[in-house]
Amino acid sequence: MSEFEPKIIIFLCNWCSYAGADLAGVSRYQYPTNARTVRVMCSTRVSPQIVLELLKDGADGVMVTGCHPGDCHYINGNYYTERRMEMAHRLLKLTGLESQRLRLDWVSASEGEKYAGVVTDFVKELKGLGPNPVHKDAKLASRLKAAVDASKNFRLKVLSSKEINLISKGNAYGEKINQQSVEGIMEQATEDEFKASLILQLTNKKSQSVKELAKELGEPTDRTIEHVVSLRSRNLLALDHIDGATPKYKAIVTGGA
Amino acid sequence: MSEDARVGVFVCHCGTNIGGCVDVPKVVEYAKTLPHVVFATSNLYTCAEDGLSSIRDSIKENNLNRVVVAACTPRTHAPLFQSTCEEAGLNKYLFTFVNIREQCSWVHMKEKDSATEKAKELIKMGVARVELLEPQEEVQIEVIPSAVVIGGGVAGMAAAISLADQGFPVRLVEREKELGGFVRNLGYIWQERREAVGALSSMIRRVKNHRNINLYLDSEVVAAEGFIGNYEIVIDTHGEQKKDKVGVIVVATGALEYIPEGLYGYEQYDNVITLTEFEILAKNKKLPKLSSLAFIQCVGSRGQDKSYCSRICCNVTLKNAMNLADNWKNMLGLEEAGKVVESIPVEKAIPAEIAERRRGRMGRRDREAGEKDEAEVAPTRLDIAVFNRDIMSYGIEHELTYNKTKEKKVRFIRYTPQNRPKVSHEGDKLVIDYWHDTMQMQMKMMVDMIVLATPLVAQPDAKEISRMLKVPLGQEGFFLEAHVKLRPVDFATDGIYVCGTCKGPADIPEAVAQGMAAASRAAIPLARGYVQPESLVAFVDSDVCSGCGTCIEICPYNAIRKNAEGVAEITVAACKGCGNCGASCPKNAIIMNHYTDNQILAEARAALQAVNG
Repeated sequence: MSEFEPKIIIFLCNWCSYAGADLAGVSRYQYPTNARTVRVMCSTRVSPQIVLELLKDGADGVMVTGCHPGDCHYINGNYYTERRMEMAHRLLKLTGLESQRLRLDWVSASEGEKYAGVVTDFVKELKGLGPNPVHKDAKLASRLKAAVDASKNFRLKVLSSKEINLISKGNAYGEKINQQSVEGIMEQATEDEFKASLILQLTNKKSQSVKELAKELGEPTDRTIEHVVSLRSRNLLALDHIDGATPKYKAIVTGGA
Repeated sequence: MSEDARVGVFVCHCGTNIGGCVDVPKVVEYAKTLPHVVFATSNLYTCAEDGLSSIRDSIKENNLNRVVVAACTPRTHAPLFQSTCEEAGLNKYLFTFVNIREQCSWVHMKEKDSATEKAKELIKMGVARVELLEPQEEVQIEVIPSAVVIGGGVAGMAAAISLADQGFPVRLVEREKELGGFVRNLGYIWQERREAVGALSSMIRRVKNHRNINLYLDSEVVAAEGFIGNYEIVIDTHGEQKKDKVGVIVVATGALEYIPEGLYGYEQYDNVITLTEFEILAKNKKLPKLSSLAFIQCVGSRGQDKSYCSRICCNVTLKNAMNLADNWKNMLGLEEAGKVVESIPVEKAIPAEIAERRRGRMGRRDREAGEKDEAEVAPTRLDIAVFNRDIMSYGIEHELTYNKTKEKKVRFIRYTPQNRPKVSHEGDKLVIDYWHDTMQMQMKMMVDMIVLATPLVAQPDAKEISRMLKVPLGQEGFFLEAHVKLRPVDFATDGIYVCGTCKGPADIPEAVAQGMAAASRAAIPLARGYVQPESLVAFVDSDVCSGCGTCIEICPYNAIRKNAEGVAEITVAACKGCGNCGASCPKNAIIMNHYTDNQILAEARAALQAVNG
C-alpha cells in the first residue's frame, strides 16, 4: 500500500444516518473502505470528549452524523450535537491539529447517495491532509490531551449544553442572551479552559515558571499569570519551589480520573 | 466486567451477498485470534434455522457469555439474534451486531481485499464492545388498547375497520368533510365497471356504523407525544381541541396528483386535463363531447420532474381507454333511449367543474373559463391514442387488458424523453407534434382533448406529520417504512405504522391490503397488552452527581427530576435513551446503559489499532 489510507471513525445515529448508510448499501453506492462506523442511538450521545479522545489516539478523521435539524428522533438531540461539536472544533483549533479532521454532517434515512458522497469526500480531504501527526509530535499530543481534559471541564460542559436554552429561553432570571454574546462567552471560556488544561499538562511532571508556560501557550506572561492564579485558587496548581527569583509551579495530581 | 468474557463470533456469508466479496473464512480465522474470543464460525445464512441453532448450541457447548454476529444490519435482524441468545439463556444485551453487508460488502464490491480487512476490523470493534456490555433487565409497560388512524381514504378505512373488528376502539381522523380520500375522484373501478363511489360507500357505511370506530371528520391530529402503547394525541376539529390517549398510530394520509404546470399546454389550452380531472369528469358524466382524444403518459414523472414511476397511471389510462372504446356513447352522455347517434357534437370548452377545481387550488391564479365554442359535427367514432414511453401494465390481468385495448384500435405511440410530443393549438383542435419512431418521421395528430397521466405525489404537509411523529420521509416526500421488503408497513419507531399512498403510489387493492396489514401489525401490541421497551435508559450515579441540573434542563422528555437528596434521578418509563444527558453531565455522573463512554470508546479505539494477519 503506497498511498496513505486514512483511518476514519464515523458515528451514525440509529434512526437516520445508520439507515442512510444501510440504504447506500442496498442501493450499491460504492465508497472508499476507510470508514469504521460506530452506531449510537442519537448523535447527541457523542460528546466532544469522545471525538477528541479518538483524534488524540491517532484517528485521521472523525465524523459525527445525525438526523437533519428538525428531524431528530429524540426531538432536538441533534441541536445539542451541533453546539457540542462546535465546542470540539474550537478546542481542536487551539491544539493546532487541522480542525477539518472533525466533521459533522446530517444524513437522513433516505440519503444513501449522500452518505456515500460524504464519506468519499471526507476520505479525499483527509488524503490531502495526510496522516494525523499526533504520534510523532509530542507537543501536539500534549495539546490534544489538554483539549480532552478541557472538554470534560465542568464549566465548558454546562455552557455547551445550555447554549441553546440561553438563546431561546433565557438564563435563570429569564433574560435571553443573544447568539453573538453566547458565542463570545463560549469562545473565551473554551480558550481559558484549554489553556488552564494545557498548563496542568505541562506542569504535570515537571514544574514550570510563568515565563516558560507563557512561551508554550504563546501568549503574554500577564495572561498566563491570570490562568496560574485561577488554577491556584481552584486548588489545581501549587507553587513547587522558587528557582532563584523565579517561582515554579506544579500541577496537583489527584488520584483517579 | 465481573466474569471473564467468553465471546462467540458468527460470520454470515449471506449466500454470496457477503461471501462473494469478503473472504469469510479468512475473517473467521482472524476472529479466532481476538482476545476473549473462544469460538468463531461462519454460516451460509446465520439468520436461517441452522445458523440460529449453531448460535444456540455454541452458547451451551462453549459456555459463551457474549455473542457477536457479523452479517447484515441490526435495523432488521438484531431482534432475531437477540431472541436466539435469550433462548439459549443469554441476556440479549450481551449481544453485538456487526454490519458487514450494507456497510461493507455491498459498498466495496470491487475492493475485495480491503473489504475483507474492513470486515476484520469491524468485528474487532464489535468484540471490543461486546466484552464491556452488561446484562440489562427490561420493564413491561402497559399498552392503552386503542388506536388512532390518520386519514380516511381506502387504506385508512381498511385499517380502521380491521382494528375495530378485532375489538379495539379506533379514532379515525379525516381532514376532509367526507371519507374516501383520493378514490372519491374516480369514475369507474378497474374491470368491474363498477362506480368507485358505489364500492366506497359500503366501506364508508361500515366505518360510520361501527361501534368501535369514533369518526372525526374535518379534523386533524395536531400533536402526538409518547411512545408505543402510550401516546397522548390532540385532535383538532375546527379549532376545538380534544386530548386523547391511544396505544398505536396508523398513518394513512394519502397522496395528491401532480399538477403539470407548464407541461404539454396544461392551463394554456382548455381540454388539456390531468388523468384525475378526466376521472372526475367521467364520474360526473360531464365529459365534453369529443371525437378524438390522446393520453400522454409519464407526465412529470420518470425524470421529467419527479424521479420515480408512479406505476398505477398506465393501468388507469388503459382502464379509461378501454372504457372509452367500449362505452364512449354512455361516457360522453350521447346515449338516449332509442336514439342512434349519428355524429358527436364536439365541445371545446373546459368543463366548469374542472375550472372550478383548478381555481380552488391554493396559490393558483384565477383564470377565466374559456368561452364555449359552438358544437360541431364530427364523425361517429372516438379516436383514442396513448402516447407512452413504455406501457407498464403490471398485475396479473392487466397485460391482457393492454392487448385487448390494442384490439379496440386504441393507438399506442411511443416517445422518448429526448423527443417528447409537443402540444399546440390550431383552429379549434389541439395539435400533437410527435416523432414517429418506426416511421422515422415527424407527424401531427389533431385531437379534441389531451389527458396527461401525472404521477401521485406526496402530500406537501407530510413533513408536519413526519416531524410530529418523528418518522422519516424519503427523498420524494413519501413516508419511509422501516424496511422496504421485510417491514413494509412499520415505521422504524415502534407503535407507528404506515399504509396506502402516503408511502408511495398504490392502486386500490394494494392500498386496502396495506391498510389491513398495518392494522394487523398494530394489533400485536394492542392484543398482547404490554410492551417491553429496550432497556436503553440513563442512570445517575448519585454519589457523583452535584445536582447542577444541566441534564434536567436539556432532557427532551422531562424524564429527569431532582430527588429529595438534591441529585438527579431518571424516570425510567419516560427515558428514551438518547444520551443527551450523558453527554452533557459536567460530573460524568450519568451513565447511558448499553452506550457508556467506555463501550463507545473501546469500540472506536479498536479500529485505530492495526490489524495483523
